[in-house]
Amino acid sequence: MAGKTLYDKLFDSHVVRMEKDGTALLYIDRHLVHEVTSPQAFEGLRLANRKPWRTDTTLAVPDHNVPTVPSERAAGITDAVAKIQVETLEKNTKEFGITQFAMNDIRQGIVHVIGPEQGATLPGMTLVCGDSHTATHGAFGSMAFGIGTSEVEHVLATQCLLQKKMSNMRINVEGELGAGVTAKDIVLAVIGEIGTAGGNGYAIEFAGSAIRNLSMEGRMTICNMAIEAGARVGLVAVDQTTIDYVEGRPYSPKGDNWDNAVAAWFDLHSDDDAIFDNELTLKAESISPQVTWGTSPEMVVSIGEKVPDPANETDAVKSDGMQKALKYMGLEAGTPIDTISIDKVFIGSCTNSRLEDLQEVADIIKGRKVAANVKLAMIVPGSGLIKQQAEKAGLDKLFTDAGFEWREPGCSMCLAMNADKLEPGERCASTSNRNFEGRQGQGGRTHLVSPAMAAAAAIAGHFVDVRDF
Amino acid sequence: MKKFRIVTGVVAPMDRPNVDTDAIIPKQYLKSIKRSGFGPNAFDDWRYLDPGAPDIENSSRRINPDFVLNQSPYDQANILIARENFGCGSSREHAVWALDDFGFRAIIAPGFADIFFNNSFKNGLLPIVLDAEVVNEIFEKIAAKSGYEITVDLTNQKVVTEDGDEYPFEVDAFRKHCLLNGLDDISLTLQHADEIRAYEEKTKQSAPWLFS
Ligand code: SF4
Repeated sequence: MAGKTLYDKLFDSHVVRMEKDGTALLYIDRHLVHEVTSPQAFEGLRLANRKPWRTDTTLAVPDHNVPTVPSERAAGITDAVAKIQVETLEKNTKEFGITQFAMNDIRQGIVHVIGPEQGATLPGMTLVCGDSHTATHGAFGSMAFGIGTSEVEHVLATQCLLQKKMSNMRINVEGELGAGVTAKDIVLAVIGEIGTAGGNGYAIEFAGSAIRNLSMEGRMTICNMAIEAGARVGLVAVDQTTIDYVEGRPYSPKGDNWDNAVAAWFDLHSDDDAIFDNELTLKAESISPQVTWGTSPEMVVSIGEKVPDPANETDAVKSDGMQKALKYMGLEAGTPIDTISIDKVFIGSCTNSRLEDLQEVADIIKGRKVAANVKLAMIVPGSGLIKQQAEKAGLDKLFTDAGFEWREPGCSMCLAMNADKLEPGERCASTSNRNFEGRQGQGGRTHLVSPAMAAAAAIAGHFVDVRDF
Repeated sequence: MKKFRIVTGVVAPMDRPNVDTDAIIPKQYLKSIKRSGFGPNAFDDWRYLDPGAPDIENSSRRINPDFVLNQSPYDQANILIARENFGCGSSREHAVWALDDFGFRAIIAPGFADIFFNNSFKNGLLPIVLDAEVVNEIFEKIAAKSGYEITVDLTNQKVVTEDGDEYPFEVDAFRKHCLLNGLDDISLTLQHADEIRAYEEKTKQSAPWLFS
């Protein structure tokens, strides 16, 4: 019999019962909750007179709606509707006995940043959250996926979910990344290659020497965007880098538990003879810094390239989609990417708001100033603790001296549910994960890039190859 | 949950691939803590010419006459047809609630994003995968005759067009059972509470760090 993939191992070890048609009742080890997708789930519990199955393993945090301007943060939320949502989370977690990191707790931050930071994300776990970017946590060799609100309620009530096994895909990235090329460029290049529906129905394991050489931060960036490739689950096998990251965090196992856990975690990799339904290999050396030009993450090119021409696309549906995208983005086919100027810069989101990302930005902008045509350049750390560490290292001073705004942690302009948003027609270099129409504000135009590329664009006022910077 | 057996009605054509959840229900409406009332803001950015917000009365806004769901008879459609990768993007179930609230009972496409697909079943909205060529044929029929009607028959797993063409579709047996009978899957799961407890006892031995 062939060996097992990492995904198969994680799935099989969490099956509570299996139906004849292959639907499994799967046990969920960790449940993360935020304010936007949970109110209706708690309400559902109340209406059915149900209690949470387990409260000790659920962790809640408000992140999508919270203001990021320091003065507003101190004064409380002014948007009445957002305020109700944040207060509802507070009330629900109190009523049901669930731990919440409230808005002004130093541990508050983007749900996918704080899970790993607290050691709440552990290898070998099943972890869910009512948010598609839950795939992020797969960087730890855990099976993590986003769920809808009905499923949030299902997990609260039963600690289980109904799931069918997905197919297995492995994407190998072999070799060494060039200087100035980062995890973000790898994942954008992968999405450019397989498309936004390429991973539908799959769990994608990222493997190969270039992935193994990444820090945990980089691995999280890659798994984070597995969902943009259509896959609910992204995975990286456990190695010493994983173990070193997890050790000593507040929620990590201690003492004998730690030693036993580590011994078990080293088995969390695909067996040598495991069979994948689909496999793909990319050469790290061939990846350049990436910039999206359209309204889907798959509409991406290298910095040295031009905006593609829909006339060259033979698939009529695709060509039409490209035309719509160009119109929305206000771009002409054939325009060199590095001549496109920008109005705003957003550095943040669960893709790129960790300390390593901020350090990457600091290295680029040190001693330089944001270009005069850039109306706003903002840096939003992923958590209160990251903010604190960055300030300890003096990064905040560097950022503000260069002309960046230094904000409080939250999702911010990644989805623009709070006051941080683009005005119609404004063009933004963004380190987030989605460039859909209106994602960062109605009529706003988003270009997805790495933190280094966003920093370089902020200084130049237009996209520029960070390798020449 | 609403039962789903047979639904007949007008199919609205949404001729785009990758219709994402941000387009289906823009984020400003996610601030609601309710499950209902999202219908008037489904596809908000495409449906209205001026920007909307939860505190803006929709009746005072300028309607986009070019948008298909603003045109009769599609404003009354209960079936939607679209291209590849419908419902991609975020996990927001609000997207399904908005489509449901608008009046849709079924959506036909060559493919759906996984989370959206799942969320649909939990709300009695049936996502139907048909071959891209079949979808194209239906689009052509709608182009030839506005207000084209089809029937979705879940029991027999087929789509029947006005012309009598039949297209079979796949559906997971368990999900079909739940939809046909309008079953709530939390109560189904709780019937297995003993097995869940047994699993927990076993895991407490093998991986105690998950319970400390
Ligand atoms: S940072 Fe953006 S993508 Fe990540 S959880 Fe927040 S809104 Fe979603």
